[in-house]
Amino acid sequence: MTNPLLHIEDLSVQFGSFTAVENLSLKLELGEILGIVGESGSGKSVTMLALMGLIAYPGKITAKKLEFNGKDLLSISAKERRSLIGKDMSMIFQEPMTSLNPSYTVGFQISEALKVHEGGSRRARYKRCVELLEQVGIPDPTKRLKAFPHQLSGGMCQRIMIAMAIACNPKLLIADEPTTALDVTIQAQIIELLQSLQRDQGMTLIMITHDMGVVAQCADRVNVMYAGQLVEDRAAEKLFSEPNHPYTSALLSALPERSKGKNRLPTIPGIVPGPLDRPVGCLFSPRCFAVQEQCSGNRPPLELDSDGATRCFYPLRAEVIKSTELKSEIEGVDHQHDLEKTEGWA
Amino acid sequence: MLLYLFKRMAVFIPTFFGITLLTFAMIRLIPGDPIELMAGERGIDPERHAILRAEMGLDDPIVFQYLNYIGDVLQGDLGVSVVTKTPVLDEFLALFPATVELSFFAIIFALSIGLPLGIIAALRRGSMIDYTTMGISLTGYSMPVFWWALILMMVFSVTLGWTPVSGRISFLYYVEPVTGFLLIDTWLEGNWAAFKSALWHLVLPATALGTIPMAVIARMTRSSMLEVLGEDYIRTARAKGLSSWRVVMIHGLRNAMIPLITVIGLQVGVLLAGAILTETMFSWPGIGKWLIESVRRRDYPSLQGGVLLISAVVIIVNLIVDVLYGVFNPRIRKQ
Repeated sequence: MTNPLLHIEDLSVQFGSFTAVENLSLKLELGEILGIVGESGSGKSVTMLALMGLIAYPGKITAKKLEFNGKDLLSISAKERRSLIGKDMSMIFQEPMTSLNPSYTVGFQISEALKVHEGGSRRARYKRCVELLEQVGIPDPTKRLKAFPHQLSGGMCQRIMIAMAIACNPKLLIADEPTTALDVTIQAQIIELLQSLQRDQGMTLIMITHDMGVVAQCADRVNVMYAGQLVEDRAAEKLFSEPNHPYTSALLSALPERSKGKNRLPTIPGIVPGPLDRPVGCLFSPRCFAVQEQCSGNRPPLELDSDGATRCFYPLRAEVIKSTELKSEIEGVDHQHDLEKTEGWA
Repeated sequence: MLLYLFKRMAVFIPTFFGITLLTFAMIRLIPGDPIELMAGERGIDPERHAILRAEMGLDDPIVFQYLNYIGDVLQGDLGVSVVTKTPVLDEFLALFPATVELSFFAIIFALSIGLPLGIIAALRRGSMIDYTTMGISLTGYSMPVFWWALILMMVFSVTLGWTPVSGRISFLYYVEPVTGFLLIDTWLEGNWAAFKSALWHLVLPATALGTIPMAVIARMTRSSMLEVLGEDYIRTARAKGLSSWRVVMIHGLRNAMIPLITVIGLQVGVLLAGAILTETMFSWPGIGKWLIESVRRRDYPSLQGGVLLISAVVIIVNLIVDVLYGVFNPRIRKQ
């Protein structure tokens, strides 16, 4: 395939003077699974909402290129966009319980997506709804179609959301932290469901998550975002074995699985800078364990390397010696920010 | 659903007794003796007075009197008007359709203007349209009904001459009351001139009466809609690729209606209170005007019965609202 399914170049989203997403570029092929990770407030969801055209009025979207399936999303009319979203490109959200309309039955809400995009007779739509519920693993579909969201559990609701999203066989499914609001056993089931659906339908899946474990389990490629910028883009395996950006490395070392034998779970001190306290230099510099003088004065560009891209003046892999030298500094930083530890990424 | 209905109805039984107790006590608390009042200025000799007192049960203990009254009420006997000597219930039922007709059009006016205004204001929050509509609604809410009625009459009846000043229908027409609703009666007769006359007579009073509920509904619709439009399921609806119209009207309004229904139900009570003023201003021959006249004539049985019946109407309307609430809110229905 010559044209990628999704081609984003220099996408920025601004809310007034606050830049929520800055010059983000992304290319995705059909059938790929991309994981987007980063702390809360790093612009992951906003990027995808911008792609879907769901950013409300004060938000401003600019991009050099925003192409999906060969269509330029920047120039098409609102009506044309509406015929794309929910059909070829659909999205599921973080809070399944509140994402479903409490006043309508599950059947109505799934059927509505079908009606708007594909039409067909009421009977055909009903049949398809039953099929979809079976596909997302809901027992007794005919009964469940008549249920209201408040009668279902969170996990059920998310399955319904997934059924709704895949109703028109989308080419791209965006899952925005699909498991954050669910308990752990259900989380695993939902991830497995998404994976198997992706495999069966050959669609592209973008998985936005906090959970590095989820990324490790299913993503082909990972984009790490921080404060609205893409800081590292790499194949999943490579990213986990040899993270190149200090932020990626810090995220990975904060995984409980990776910190066996330590007294404390390593965290990243501080929080993502808000609209008013963005540093002049590298946005991650105030929290970085490997920070150098240059970092606080200039913003590093995103630099391509052999197998991905990193936004750092001192990427870890290129400077193996330096990162070992800096071990002592890590501890120094840790002491200073002892109190803030609980706020870090966990 | 049926169980829900019964539960709601059960709640109204104590309310009904509370109202009978209140109206009963109110009448007893007013100074003066009903027999002397009936006798008027001529006076009455003490012997006859004592006989009448015994006959009317006024010598019985107050609790007995109350129980007797309740017993009569439950049998549909609300007493006889002191002035006209006709049963209170008959008078009420003869005049009630006029008030219902007026209130119905007032609430239609309030809904057909208030709902769209509220929705538009919510969708264009912070714009000129929002400020203008909310300004209009605040003005509407603040205007005294009798003043607003006078202004309407001045402008539309006196200056422009578009509508009749007062009354229910032109005196040229005589309509045999079948249902008591003039619009229906004239329509049944096929008397279109009379129908038109009745409709024109309704315009001003319905506008005057509906203005306050319209203002309340517009403001409540706006705030309810704003809240709903920020919900996650609205984002989901947009993400499905639905048109804005469908997102707002099907997914938004349906949920915004849940708190609104309660407000609209409460407005019916306001409407009946407003009807007393409006009917007096426009000489509208309904319950409101009748109650005012009963006060003026010290017609206690009429007053007592009238207040009780109006309370019953408000209770029934609230029962309907509760049922509608269940219809609009599936979370209530299934519990």
